[in-house]
Amino acid sequence: MMHVSADVREDATKPRADKISVKNLDFYYGDFQALTGITVGIKERGVTAFIGPSGCGKSTFLRCFNRMNDLIPGTKVDGTILVDGEDIYAPGVDPVDLRRRVGMIFQQPNPFPMSIYDNVAFGPRLHGVTKKPELDEIVERSLERANLWKEVKEILPRGGLTLSGGQQQRLCIARVLAVEPDIMLMDEPCSAIDPTSVQKIEDLMDELKDRITIIIVTHNMQQAARVSDETAFFLQEKTGQPAEMVEFGRTAEIFTSPKDRRTEDYITGRFG
Amino acid sequence: MNKRIANRLALSVLWLCAGTTVAVLGAVIIYVFVNGIGQLSPEFIFTWPQGVNAEGGIWPTIVSTLYVTGLAMLIVTPIGVLAAVFLAEYAVQGRLVRIIRFAADSLASVPSIIMGLFGLALFVETMHIGFSMISAALALSFLMLPIVMRTTEEAIRAVPKYIRWGSYGLGASKWQTVSRIVIPAAMPRILTGLILATGRAVGETAVVIFTMGQAINLPISPLDSGRPMTVHLYMLAMEGINLPAAYGTALLLMIMILFFNLTARWLLRRNRRMQG
Repeated sequence: MMHVSADVREDATKPRADKISVKNLDFYYGDFQALTGITVGIKERGVTAFIGPSGCGKSTFLRCFNRMNDLIPGTKVDGTILVDGEDIYAPGVDPVDLRRRVGMIFQQPNPFPMSIYDNVAFGPRLHGVTKKPELDEIVERSLERANLWKEVKEILPRGGLTLSGGQQQRLCIARVLAVEPDIMLMDEPCSAIDPTSVQKIEDLMDELKDRITIIIVTHNMQQAARVSDETAFFLQEKTGQPAEMVEFGRTAEIFTSPKDRRTEDYITGRFG
Repeated sequence: MNKRIANRLALSVLWLCAGTTVAVLGAVIIYVFVNGIGQLSPEFIFTWPQGVNAEGGIWPTIVSTLYVTGLAMLIVTPIGVLAAVFLAEYAVQGRLVRIIRFAADSLASVPSIIMGLFGLALFVETMHIGFSMISAALALSFLMLPIVMRTTEEAIRAVPKYIRWGSYGLGASKWQTVSRIVIPAAMPRILTGLILATGRAVGETAVVIFTMGQAINLPISPLDSGRPMTVHLYMLAMEGINLPAAYGTALLLMIMILFFNLTARWLLRRNRRMQG
């Protein structure tokens, strides 16, 4: 039986409001429509998992929340995405400002080719923090929150790329935490690192979610069941057709009593 | 059977060709070394030429070469690097960029003597700068520009996408990402290109003979004329006045260029190790 973390905090917290509301979202790569008709509310202070087979558009959807897709020429978004009630695709919204509030962790750990310290200080420096004591404090606090401080406090001037894969990923998490986002997007953050490190990152997500809204894309259903409070299942039924969100709900329910037949088929391993 | 013979034959031919390349390089280096080593001495390097400039040392020509090369680097580095940054990061990839790239590649294949002639016409005469370090440096920078642009562009393109994403993901603007992440990450390879271009400039003769003049002179201001090592070598050898000194100059020149090339290789390898 899978352990479902949502049960633990069932009555401990007050009802959670929607942090992100998506309404009728369509997404296009040029002429190709990748996503259609997605409407969903993502709750604050929790972990939402996006699951589904490869190529079902879950990463594409994730990148809509910090407008990372803007970097790919020819992409287009229809519909609305509200973050804290504010339309992030409205004219006048600067994606650069948005990305401070919506941090992102990638599949491949991507430390910058600079020291551990400079990696974490990069974001704060971008946004105008220059005083050394202040930076020192942010670096220490962020590494601590990422559960990496003990391992690196003696070697801060060393290159970020000298760390192990799992440590690199936690360094990237610290780097994001340093700019104090209230949403963190994680695009298959554990698929390129070893199992022990995966455990550390999952524990970390559990600690962070009290303050940060986390959305994780994962191929690993056990991981989705372990770490998330809500789960969304995506599916592209036919090649060339846009993908859609088949089902969304509390993780416990999605994994034990899915409403849609297709969700059940996927979860029980009949395809994907 | 037939297949085996063909295989052996092909392998021998390939070995022979590869061997020839190494042998030619080896022959040139050994020849110059054997003939030039007897000349090399502190006096030869650090004193002025004597008599009809055929005896004595070659100090002013070394200074002229280093001076003009340094000056050319100062000109070509910002222009070449920024042009490459623009092409790789900002320009909309399309017809215009293809034309610019083609122009840069064509510039690289212009014979250097034509570049020298052009430098003579434009800088020395039309602009009335005269034979000088700056005229030669400007003409040389035309020659170096395509090398610097090409290597820089490749260096920038080689910076992995996901590193840029990391920067954008933290709320960095395009320029912040380019200036703080992409260019520093590409720096070792950019430096390699710059050093290779420097090697090219040090060994260049045709361009400088037209633009720097030939007078033995220790240049101080960029408007001073001078005689670089390559031109000195040419005079010593072609006028047959002091062949041993020509070999000595040649050896020194080769050592300098070898030094630049080895530095470039070392930088690249060190960088590869750091990222691997």
